[in-house]
This record gives sequence, C-alpha cells and structure tokens, in this order.
Amino acid sequence: MLPIRHRLENMAEPVIELIIRLCGISAIIFVFGIFFFVFREGASFFFTGLDLTEFLTSPEWFPSSVSNKRYGVLALAAGTASVTLLAMCIAVPFGIGAAIYVSEFCSPRLKETFKIVIELLAAIPSVVWGFIGLTIMNELIIDLFDAPIGLNVLNGGLILALMSVPIIVSIGEDALKAVPDSYREAAVALGATRWQVVYRALLPAAKNGLLAATLLGVARAVGETMAVLMATGHAVQMPGGLLDSVRTLTATIAAELGEAPVMSDHYQVLFIIGVLLFSINFIVNLSADLIVKGIREE
Amino acid sequence: MTETSHHQGTFTETKPGRNKRITEHIAGTIFFLMALLMIAPLLMIVGYLLYKAAPVLSIDFLISNPIRGMREGGIWAPFLGTIYLVGISLLISTPVGVLAAVYLNEYARESWYTRIINLAVVNLAGIPSIVHALFGLGAFVLFAGIGRSILAASLTLAIMTLPVIIASTKEALRAVPTAFREACWNVGATRWQTIRGIVLPNSFSGILTGIILQVSRAAGETAPIMFTGAVFYKAIPEGDLFAYGLLEQCMALSMHLYTISTQVPNVPEAVPYGTAVVLLGTVLLVNSTAIILRIYMRSRKRW
Repeated sequence: MLPIRHRLENMAEPVIELIIRLCGISAIIFVFGIFFFVFREGASFFFTGLDLTEFLTSPEWFPSSVSNKRYGVLALAAGTASVTLLAMCIAVPFGIGAAIYVSEFCSPRLKETFKIVIELLAAIPSVVWGFIGLTIMNELIIDLFDAPIGLNVLNGGLILALMSVPIIVSIGEDALKAVPDSYREAAVALGATRWQVVYRALLPAAKNGLLAATLLGVARAVGETMAVLMATGHAVQMPGGLLDSVRTLTATIAAELGEAPVMSDHYQVLFIIGVLLFSINFIVNLSADLIVKGIREE
Repeated sequence: MTETSHHQGTFTETKPGRNKRITEHIAGTIFFLMALLMIAPLLMIVGYLLYKAAPVLSIDFLISNPIRGMREGGIWAPFLGTIYLVGISLLISTPVGVLAAVYLNEYARESWYTRIINLAVVNLAGIPSIVHALFGLGAFVLFAGIGRSILAASLTLAIMTLPVIIASTKEALRAVPTAFREACWNVGATRWQTIRGIVLPNSFSGILTGIILQVSRAAGETAPIMFTGAVFYKAIPEGDLFAYGLLEQCMALSMHLYTISTQVPNVPEAVPYGTAVVLLGTVLLVNSTAIILRIYMRSRKRW
C-alpha cells in the first residue's frame, strides 16, 4: 500500500498533465480567439453593408460625414505602405550590415556589448518613439528640410526604421550563425578574406534567413501603432512625397475607435481593418516560417 | 583570422593581394559604422530626453498627482496604474506561458502539431498591438461584460505578452541537459515529478529573466490598454498603494504620455519629457536587470 501522499500525487499527475496540455495549445486558442472576436464585431456590416471593392480600392475615407459616408482604405493602406517602404529601405541594409558585423567581424566582447544595446533599443516603448517623433524629429525635419510640418512620411519612416532594426539584426544574426562553420573554414582555406567569406559564402547560404528577417521587420513596421499615430501627422491622403503627412491603417483604428459609437457602421469598419491587419500579419509570419523551414530541410 | 593581415606584411605584396586587403578594411569599417549607427540613437535619445526633463525630475514628480488639467504636478496616478496593469497581467500570463513552454519542450515531440503551436506563438507575437486592443474590447469588455477596467486591460496585456514568456522559458528549459532528466526517470520519477523537481529548479533563473522581460514589454504598451481600461484622468489619493479596484479604470504611464503630448494643450515642455524619461527609465532598468541576471547566471553555470 502506497503512502497517501504518493497516491494523491499519482492521482494528480493526469490532471496536471491535462493543464499543461491545455496551456500548450493556448497560443493556438488565442490566435483563433483574436480572429474570431475581432471579426465578430465587424461581421454584420461586413456581410450586409460593406462594398468590398470600394473598401479596398477607394482612397475616400469619410467615416463621420453626415450625407456622404465613404469607407475606402486605399489612402490609409498607402500611408502604411509608404512609411513601411521607407523604413525598410533604411533598416534592411543597416540591420543586415550590423548583423554581419556582429556575427563575423567583431570580437566576442564587443559582440556582447552590441547585443545588449540592440536588446535595449528593442525595449524602448512605441509611445516613447512616438513622442520622440513628435518632438525631436519634428523640429529636426522642419529645420533641415524647411518643411511646414515635420510630422510626415519621413518622420514615421525613420522612427519605424529604428524600431525594426533590432528585430532584423537579431534574426539576421541567427541566420548567419546557422550557416555551418565548415563553409567559413572552406572559404578561408581557399585564401578568402573575411569580406569574401561573407560575400561569397555566407550571404548566399543565409539568404533565406535574411529574407525572413526582412519579412518580420516589415510585419513589425506594418503593425506599429502608437509611433506612427504620433509621428505621421494624421492626414488621410495618398502620399506624394517624403514630406507629405499620411495616416496608416493602425493609426486610424487608434484615433477613431474612441469616437465611433459602438456597433455603428464606422465602428464595425474599424474592426474590419483590424481583420485586414491580422491577415497581413498572418501571411507574413507564415511565409517567414516557410522560408526558414526551407533552409532547415536543405 | 586577424593574424593573416599581419603576416602579409612580411611577404612582398601582390596587387590583387593589396586590393583584397583594402576591400577587407573597407568592408570591416562600413559594417562597423552600420552597427555603430544603431547604438548612437539609443545614447542620443536617452541623453536628450534627460536633458529636457531635468527641470521636473525629482522624487516629488513621481509621488504627486497630476494637477491643473495635467499641466502641473507629478505622475503618481498613472505610475501606480501601470504597476497594477503589469502586475495583474503577469499573474495571468506567467503560469500559462511557463506551462505552455513546459508542454512544448518536455511533452510534445517534434511534429507538424508542435510546428503549428510554434507558428501560433510567433503569430501571436506579431499581431499588431492595436488588433490586440480590438480583441480586448470585443472579447473582454463587451462579450464577457467585464467593462472597461484594470482586469480587462490586464487580460489583454497578458495575452499580448504571452509569447515573450513562452519563448524565453522554452530556451531556459532547453538549456537543462537531457542527462538530468534521464537520471531522474531512471530512479522511477514520473514526468511531472522530473519537471517539478529537476527541470524547473534548474531553469529558474532563465524563466525569471523571461518574466522580467515581460514586465518591460507590458509596461510600455499603450494601444492595447487605450480602449480596454486606461483612462484619460482619474483622481486617486496620493501615496495609497491600494487606490485602484480590479474593476475600475486606471491611468497608465504610457497612455498619460500620449495624452499630455497630443491631447492636452499648453503643457509645459518638461512635463511630457519627464513622463517619457520615467517610462523609458523604468523599461530600460527592468531590461538591464534581466541582462545582468543572465550574465550572472552564465558565469555560475555548472554544466
């Protein structure tokens, strides 16, 4: 006969295991839950009132007009695309360059320091970035470019670049680290310098991982809310240049959800934009995963 | 590899060799500058914010309430609100996240099933914060009927920070050698006994690092709490640590920074800068603790 404590433990084990299993699939439950509840709020307007073609192709966003309501997100999507594109033009070369430096060129001690700084940079809250855009960058842009207002594509793009660089560096560095050392050794044995090792051996071998790093940087930039809300100037228009103010998809939700009456058409459209953002994130992450999986199978 | 360039000097250098050496130097310098350009902003930002915030920064600023339409006074109410939100979200997400990582690392085998779970974790981490806000509003505030409250906001934050704790716990668990588990199984311990007695204690500091990182993430978020529980202004008694109730709304530091820098006119410049410094300082301090803990841990690792 086992002591009571042991018998209790034996009985508890299946229960504990069940709880652990439930927690294990919690991430899946939450991802579906998020999609379900966000879509649920917007569903009735999505199926009855919304003209999907107009929603996706019209740049006219007049949600609170009395006589002429228009729900076209093209201008907002263009706002998101413009700041993301600018951010990536800056963040991808610098992020991958920094990843190469950290992974291949610098001493272990310096590497530690760089990684710590990158981690701290990644920790800066987005509202603080937004505040920096609103104050420091705003003044800088007005002074340097003689622009009437410094809250524009350039400002948002620079802030987003700084925000997405850490993720590109850390995932890019992982991708470079995943290249077997035998590649480096073989190249060095042939007399290659470090630059040649990087350029001829590592970049081709790590290109999928670097692509995944870029994609995740894009996802970060598209999904960012507070920083672009504060730094891009709140003008719903198709951007024509770097110094035009724009508004992104995320910023629109954050700015208008508070004033849209619950379950009004406007309120529901904001949730449909949420579904759109969810889907973009889902596709980007799925592709990044497939790309990385591709490397592992080689 | 640094030796090669020194040795080259002792040979007569050929032209291609010289070119090679020069390209190498240029490449090294450029990559160094790129890496440096990422560090510079952190130092510049922190320095500039501190400089601008200097006039208001004091203990008084931290422990007194905002007054005169938030144009003067301190940040006690939002600061306490942030502590509430972070603390409660932590209580919810830590057990779920740790157990999820236990499942992924200790129970599940590599299969399409775990791959889907991992993909879900990555996806959850990438979902835009404003979509989390919509979810929190739709699910907790309206559907579950909790209303805009600290509880609803903390639940939203908890789900948002879950991937952080899962990822870092998984890493900590993976660092425990398989031999430890095998030794334990061999003396007749069940799987859960092994986890409780051997795996969790040996990965405790790693898990703690993850929890700390989660604190920093939760403290800085604004969008998810904007529509679920954070409020523009709320008067609470100064110095009372239990001033907020679970089903009340609260102020939060990140939301406060947003409102005083965009919604309130004529705020003296130093006040938002001071708020930004406190928020940034808290987050960076918390992160540094995690980093120091990690370095300390590595230095006394026994295997």
